Amino acid sequence: MFENLSEKLDKAFKVLKGQGNISEINVAQTMKEIRKALISADVDYKTAKEFTASVREKALGQEVLTTLKPGELLTKIMKDELASLMGSDSATINLSSKPSIILVAGLQGSGKTTFCGKLAHYLKIKNKKSPLLVACDIYRPAAIDQITILAEQILVDVYKEVDNKDPIIISKNAIDYAKKNKHDVVIIDTAGRLAIDEPMMQEITNIKSAVHPDEILFVVDSMTGQDAVNTAKTFNDKLNFDGVVLTKLDGDTRGGAALTIRSVVDKPIKFIGTSEKMDGLDVFHPERMAGRILGMGDVISLVERAQQQFDEQEARKIQKKIAKNTFGFDDFLSQIQQIKKMGNIKDLAGMIPGVGKAIKDVDIDDDAFKGIESIIYSMTPFERSNPNILNGSRKKRIALGSGTNVPEINQLIKQFSQMSKMQKMMQSGGASKMMEMMKGNNMPKI
Amino acid sequence: MTFFNKIKNLFTKVEEENISELSQKKVKLHKGLEKTKSSLFKKISRTVVGKSKIDENDLDDIEEILITSDIGIETTLKIIEKLEERVEKDKYINSNELNNILKIEIANLLVNNSDIIDDLDSEKNDPYVIMVVGVNGVGKTTTIGKLAYKFKKSGFNVILGAADTFRAAAIDQLVIWANRVGVEIVKQNMGSDPASVAFDTLQSAKSKNADVVIIDTAGRLHNKVNLMNELAKIKSVMSKVIPNAPHDVMLVLDASTGQNAIEQAKQFSAVTQVNSLALTKLDGTAKGGVVIGISDQLKIPVRYIGVGEGMEDLQIFNKEDFVDTLFTN
Repeated sequence: MFENLSEKLDKAFKVLKGQGNISEINVAQTMKEIRKALISADVDYKTAKEFTASVREKALGQEVLTTLKPGELLTKIMKDELASLMGSDSATINLSSKPSIILVAGLQGSGKTTFCGKLAHYLKIKNKKSPLLVACDIYRPAAIDQITILAEQILVDVYKEVDNKDPIIISKNAIDYAKKNKHDVVIIDTAGRLAIDEPMMQEITNIKSAVHPDEILFVVDSMTGQDAVNTAKTFNDKLNFDGVVLTKLDGDTRGGAALTIRSVVDKPIKFIGTSEKMDGLDVFHPERMAGRILGMGDVISLVERAQQQFDEQEARKIQKKIAKNTFGFDDFLSQIQQIKKMGNIKDLAGMIPGVGKAIKDVDIDDDAFKGIESIIYSMTPFERSNPNILNGSRKKRIALGSGTNVPEINQLIKQFSQMSKMQKMMQSGGASKMMEMMKGNNMPKI
Repeated sequence: MTFFNKIKNLFTKVEEENISELSQKKVKLHKGLEKTKSSLFKKISRTVVGKSKIDENDLDDIEEILITSDIGIETTLKIIEKLEERVEKDKYINSNELNNILKIEIANLLVNNSDIIDDLDSEKNDPYVIMVVGVNGVGKTTTIGKLAYKFKKSGFNVILGAADTFRAAAIDQLVIWANRVGVEIVKQNMGSDPASVAFDTLQSAKSKNADVVIIDTAGRLHNKVNLMNELAKIKSVMSKVIPNAPHDVMLVLDASTGQNAIEQAKQFSAVTQVNSLALTKLDGTAKGGVVIGISDQLKIPVRYIGVGEGMEDLQIFNKEDFVDTLFTN
């Protein structure tokens, strides 16, 4: 139904086995894909950048070095990081006063009135409270009717003054009414307003000053995009709200605004709206939101499908062959092809499994493998697996077929056997020995 | 002031405003804004940087502007690729030229739009039927009020249909609008069948020789199958009264919506075939850039934009103005 991170990471994951770690280069590419995925999930531009940077730190850290499945670990790091960023706070609201006053604010259409109804219903049923809904939206046609109907549906009292155009007075009167009528919670619904509408922002600031709420909640539509950063900032600057309500999560939006808001104003998400019905109120679960933002509906398939240039089995196969001395030209060819897929050979030369970083500084240019490849392609499959049978006449034939000459073929065979030795040495942990060898023998170009 | 100077000023202003508390917070938040080679789209760099006075930081700025306008990764990439193609062909360019090319390429992705009023004809036998759809809270009812006002002002006879029979006081809300504008409205009780309301409205409009009918529907999330089926039913019922009705299925989008708007457009299109978009709440800080991708991918024009809650706050979408606004504060 929507693109998810796993599909994007498919392209980005280029895992090179080497010593089984995530290296700098492929992490950078993967991080870009992650950043793009977060932005596609509506996380704001800067937050996506900062978050990705923090994940990158962890990914390059020591803990990751020995994992066999870096892709899976990277995903887990991201999800955990996201969840911890958005969660860990108490999601409860302040109900200590009598009455406890809750002020609800937000943009037009965010779902404030519906949320007020849900909250009243929730507090009545779960907390055995006697809530009072207050109709302070005096602008929107039939707003008072709307909240009145909801109040009737949930059997909760509602305070309204149909002819009063001053929400500040209405709210103050509502508190008096609540006290007289033994309501222990007052939920004030307000008009939707734009953050840049100064008179309206002044109005809600005035309501706040008039009633001294115990809890101020900022209601946000979960499908909000990049603009979440602006509205959250402004509402927080003016109201210093206590928490956020994320609505319409029964939709299929990824909900990146959740991360944006947390990152930008550092206030907890206390509730989520999951349906239009009065029981559609839920407590916020950071891990679930994290998974949703990352589009991790199918994290298992993510791991399975993550593209690995050197997949584990392939790497193990080659390592076995090296150990048994059966590493042939066909394996070498397969290695070359994997390397070529990665792009810049120079950058990646040091990451050939079994060879390690030592080879990194050796001068290999992009065309280095062309000649090698053509020679190997001119060999028969049997010759590739059993290079020891390459005699004079075979070499002549191969030279003809590849457009090279016999001395070049001899050179390749020599290089190849050196490489096999190096790989074997690396596997048995003789890194320093291999370095010795390297110093004496540059890899000549073909 | 050139486009890039504008952007540079944006960032200089941030550094200068080190005095007030508010800007201190701004500076803290902007710390992630180091001018490193952090572009998401590296491709453009070499070509453009090589052939112009633009440097990589300026390109990072372009990318940021496009993304923060909700244009989305895919469409931004497309725009930048087109920009690269143009720059490759042209000779050495300066920032002004780049600015213009960028705006043109973005505008090219926006399908041409027209005002419904140009399609209205009092002489025609059947009324022109508009069905307004969208997810919850985007501004459907308010937009209908504005449209009714616009058509009435031009002398057309308008009838509204209150087919949102679900939302508390939705019918009352539209009745208030009908009274404000001075147009007739057809309604039933809350909880009645919306298709039945639509049917009644079209019947009434036909018999009264109305020029325009606008049907309000309940907000619904596009991933709710039964609600989407209901919409299809409402639509099909209309065609039984007036052939080819609805003549325009208008999807209303909130300008602050992120990438989910594309999915909304796709799903609503699949169910009812969307003919036009109305982009609301553009009087806020949101840019509504997501319509560019929708227009490009689904070829649906944006007809109108909403810029306030009053009945006059409806404008005809102008693509050049829209693109210009993407680049202003």
